Amino acid sequence: MSTKNWPLWEVFVRSKNGLEHRHFGSLHAADAEMALENARDVYTRRNEGISIWVVESKNITASNPEHNGEMFEPAQDKVYRHPTFYELPDEVKYM
Amino acid sequence: MNNTNLYHYILGIADNSLILGQRMGELCGHGPSLETDIACTNISLDLLGQVRSYYQYAAKIAHDGRTEDDIAMLRKEREYVNVLLAEQPNTDFAYTMARHFLFDVYHFLFLTELQKSKDLTLAAIATKSLKEVSYHQRFSTDWIKRLGDGTEESHQRMQNAINDLWAYTDELFHQTEADKAMVAEGIGVDVTKLKAVYYDKVNAILEEATLSIPESKYFQKGGKKGIHTEHMGYLLTELQYMQRTYPNMEW
Amino acid sequence: MSEEQIRNLEAQFEERIARDEKIEPKDWMPEKYRQTHIRQMSQHAHSEIVGMLPEGNWITRAPSLRRKVALLAKVQDEAGHGLYLYSACETLGISRDELYEQLHSGKAKYSSIFNYPTVTWADMGAIGWLVDGAAIINQVPLCNTSFGPYARAMVRVCKEESFHQRQGYEIMIKLANGTPEQKEMAQDALNRWWWPSLMMLGPTDAESVHTEQSMKWKLKRKSNDELRQQFVDQTVPQADLIGLTIPDPDLKWNEERGSYDFGEIDWDEFWQVVKGHGPMNKERMKARVGAWEGGAWVRDAAMAYASKNAERKEKEAV
Repeated sequence: MSTKNWPLWEVFVRSKNGLEHRHFGSLHAADAEMALENARDVYTRRNEGISIWVVESKNITASNPEHNGEMFEPAQDKVYRHPTFYELPDEVKYM
Repeated sequence: MNNTNLYHYILGIADNSLILGQRMGELCGHGPSLETDIACTNISLDLLGQVRSYYQYAAKIAHDGRTEDDIAMLRKEREYVNVLLAEQPNTDFAYTMARHFLFDVYHFLFLTELQKSKDLTLAAIATKSLKEVSYHQRFSTDWIKRLGDGTEESHQRMQNAINDLWAYTDELFHQTEADKAMVAEGIGVDVTKLKAVYYDKVNAILEEATLSIPESKYFQKGGKKGIHTEHMGYLLTELQYMQRTYPNMEW
Repeated sequence: MSEEQIRNLEAQFEERIARDEKIEPKDWMPEKYRQTHIRQMSQHAHSEIVGMLPEGNWITRAPSLRRKVALLAKVQDEAGHGLYLYSACETLGISRDELYEQLHSGKAKYSSIFNYPTVTWADMGAIGWLVDGAAIINQVPLCNTSFGPYARAMVRVCKEESFHQRQGYEIMIKLANGTPEQKEMAQDALNRWWWPSLMMLGPTDAESVHTEQSMKWKLKRKSNDELRQQFVDQTVPQADLIGLTIPDPDLKWNEERGSYDFGEIDWDEFWQVVKGHGPMNKERMKARVGAWEGGAWVRDAAMAYASKNAERKEKEAV
């Protein structure tokens, strides 16, 4: 029986020219070439893509949801980063 | 029929894809991994898609009321003119990939030339199919390397497959009467001219895959004349089952 | 963690789900949630890949090229759906190989309906129409289930499945409008697949063990009996339309309920098949185990080649 299993890969697909690659799902493959081929056959059967990235899942570092408070909440009150924070006279139409 | 040669010429191309597509279809649900299963089915779908274009065209040329399905499914075994290579069984995954590889390299060279056909329908089908077949060739070539240069077991299995299937490669370059007539009209591809490039390409890949190139000079032939291996009857039995059991019905 | 803390986390967790928030793989979750999801998603994935077999049985014998490519594409989609669902499962820290092991050893279940044989071409029609029809009823609500990877996989599955049921119904229409022999073939298939399709929506509410918890976690939106009623109500007019008869003498329209009343399901048969004694249980497992074990040397070779290749590349780089 098999001793070493095919590793897991994450698949990112650019669905249309001008759009970013988006995470589509994952699959198993022995190497990067096979991962690309498999991704093509699994995730773009219905003409869903024009470009594919694959990356072995173990190479992705993810943030820990337990740290979500310190990671993301401090950004919530930085209202001055948004245009609505600034007051303009009504006469200024385009800015 | 106005153009018997063209009709037979189309069948010569179409039958290869039909029989290969049918063979690959047998594997659906039984592949060595889910991903590979999906990939192999894609190849089968590509081939059967090409087949439909060819037979629809053949039906138009024949102009005798027969449909694509009549032509695909209601001929007698002696009337199928695919090469023997195409009908060889899925003995194991090495045989399946070796069969496809040995055909894909030929198919790619053939379609590249067929694009220049004076027959615009054939040229158009060739152009569309060539993209699919380029991928098939890449896919089977990768597997030849993986299995050839993988483990001891896979190497042995792939070497066995290549040794056994080698005898069917020469037939790819035999010319039929229809071939000759169509080459003369600028419609057909002169397959004899593809032979040297074919073996160069195949040999280079086999070497890269650490496989030995079979030395045998004994080759099998007959498929193009409708004389098939014993595998063919069973393949056709399944392919034709419904059409034979329930004649003249629509599905 | 103290018990108090865990209770707190659980309460927060349930609140998140109640607020329609999605749970992601790395989020804290109760162990039972994890286990239930592994069980349900893998069962679903297994059903997809075992479900390839009864239809795969007719690929080489499809009656026309058009039907052959449609069937191939459909069975291929099932492989894809199995793959999406196994992947969703893997986010919970269990590998596909372990999941296969559970299937092959009989520990994990799959939809019982795939243990019936496909004996005529009309079965391809009946499966697409009835089995996929019942599956869609089950699956659409799962697009909003609480576990993110499952919900996303189901969105993709449902989108792709939209052609499956049509593919089956179209086969049935053609047969029903064909020769007497074809019509008989269609009716025969409906007769054989009708009751297993009703069973496919699960045991009656009274016997269903997981329902309440599953409702809370949005693994279920309606009870089995409600889903079954929905299936009957939507399917009966489709049968009428093509002149086929539902094989149930007790079937009749209930004006008051605005639904069809239907006959008693043979639950003994259902449990017999679930317990492994259906007509095709052994063959289905043999095919799956055969494909996996027979493919081991192929997978090994690919890994060996990958590592040799990586070494070669490293050397070249030096």
